[in-house]
Amino acid sequence: MESRQDDIIIKLDNVSFSYDEGSPVLEDLSFSIHRGEYLGIIGPNGGGKTTLVKIILGLLRPTSGTIQLFGQDRHDFRDKYRIGYVPQRVTQTDKNFPATVYEVVRSGRIPRLGLLKRFSKNDNEAVESAMERAGIAKYRDTLVGNLSGGERQRVFIARALASGPEVVILDEPTVGVDIGAQKKFYEFLASLNREQNLTIIFISHDVDMISQETKTVLCLNRELVCHGLPHELANEKLLRELYGEHVRRAPHDKGPVLTEKGEHHHA
Amino acid sequence: MIHAFEAGIAIGIVAPLIGMFLVVRRYSLMADTLAHVSFAGVALGLLLQINPIFSAIGLSVFASFGIESLNNRRRIFGESVLALFLSGSLAVAVVIISLAKGFNANLFSYLFGSISTVSVVDLWVTLGLAISVFFAVVLLYKELFFASFDPELAEASGLPVKFLNLAVVVLAAIAVALSIRIVGVLLIGALMVIPVISAMQFGKSFKTTLLLSVMFSLFSVITGLFASYYLNLASGGAIVLVALSVFLLSLLVSKRN
Repeated sequence: MESRQDDIIIKLDNVSFSYDEGSPVLEDLSFSIHRGEYLGIIGPNGGGKTTLVKIILGLLRPTSGTIQLFGQDRHDFRDKYRIGYVPQRVTQTDKNFPATVYEVVRSGRIPRLGLLKRFSKNDNEAVESAMERAGIAKYRDTLVGNLSGGERQRVFIARALASGPEVVILDEPTVGVDIGAQKKFYEFLASLNREQNLTIIFISHDVDMISQETKTVLCLNRELVCHGLPHELANEKLLRELYGEHVRRAPHDKGPVLTEKGEHHHA
Repeated sequence: MIHAFEAGIAIGIVAPLIGMFLVVRRYSLMADTLAHVSFAGVALGLLLQINPIFSAIGLSVFASFGIESLNNRRRIFGESVLALFLSGSLAVAVVIISLAKGFNANLFSYLFGSISTVSVVDLWVTLGLAISVFFAVVLLYKELFFASFDPELAEASGLPVKFLNLAVVVLAAIAVALSIRIVGVLLIGALMVIPVISAMQFGKSFKTTLLLSVMFSLFSVITGLFASYYLNLASGGAIVLVALSVFLLSLLVSKRN
């Protein structure tokens, strides 16, 4: 991570956050994310992962600290389309909502287009290309509610890609997606990162996925517990710090598996 | 009758157009709430002897700001806000009615809709505002779609989601206040919701569903008004019964497919 200074696309300095009167959800976070990085953010439920994403996206304001996006202070940052977001919503999407794949993916183009403007030929091409890349062009006119979890996940990533972002943030995107589809999804993300130099931030509670797929990792449990290379997650002391004393690593034929209170956690 | 017919067509287009955005946001009861607020507005207009259509529009638009600002607070559920305004405005209406004991018969026509009472002023106000609502929806269509399907992402993308939510409620308030003359306070909710859920049975895109719902609504309004005129029925009831028949047919057709 000895990249040049102008390659930093997201930079947090001493960021803390708490809801109204409550105790801090995030405390004194400082780190940078560089162009082309494939960063996994890992931590227990309630560790502040989603809060961190919401702060980066501008949905929540930090209680203290500063955030720079593409070299600009978050207050001055206007080019929202440069950051794509795939929310934690595979299982939560309203199945009855009458919207086709094309309509949903096209809505991802709106941040690039601006308010009250009509879609141009250029915009429509970007939408078609995003559907092609995500492999959902054949579902163009299918209602999103009629797709499987894995297919719907691809719709949401196509929607994020439609605006031509430089970084995509995915928040637990594989919850409710079967294992085969997850594997394909990870391959797709890796190819986006490798071939198009797309910066990817992947939030997960799944230690194995993060340690196998991402290039760098950030462990979050209210504070920054680690920031480094994925193989450091093999460190039991670190995991205990992250998840508590009852956690240990168990050998498994597909690599190490995190166990909690003796139960196996399968991806 | 001609006035009612022209106003009816305007309402028939606008009601499902706004109704669609209420239904997909699980906000169907908003139409009923705004109808009750409009009813309080009508009572107020009759008491102050101004054209009730103006007082109805004024009060329901005013209430829509109140509903949205309460919705944006924590510690109150959205549906509780609707319940608050629905029964609250009915209480206001009932108190006004008991204060001025003279206009009960006139008020009855606002509850269930009437075609004989649409004046020239009502018609022009209805046409003018219906056209404004129509163009507002066309202009904001892609933003309203995005903010309805995924409000969180829309906000993260820099869309003014709070403004868009307010816009939907204000436009709904106008559409409801315009419609209660013909469809009636107690039945307007049905005209905004039933054509939309009928159209949704066909599993088409958002745009096609929207167009289908306008067609179903127009068919219901026109058929209902004819039936009301020739068979001397309350117009609101006739319109909603046609809309219900369309819904039942839609269920049958979509099951077969």
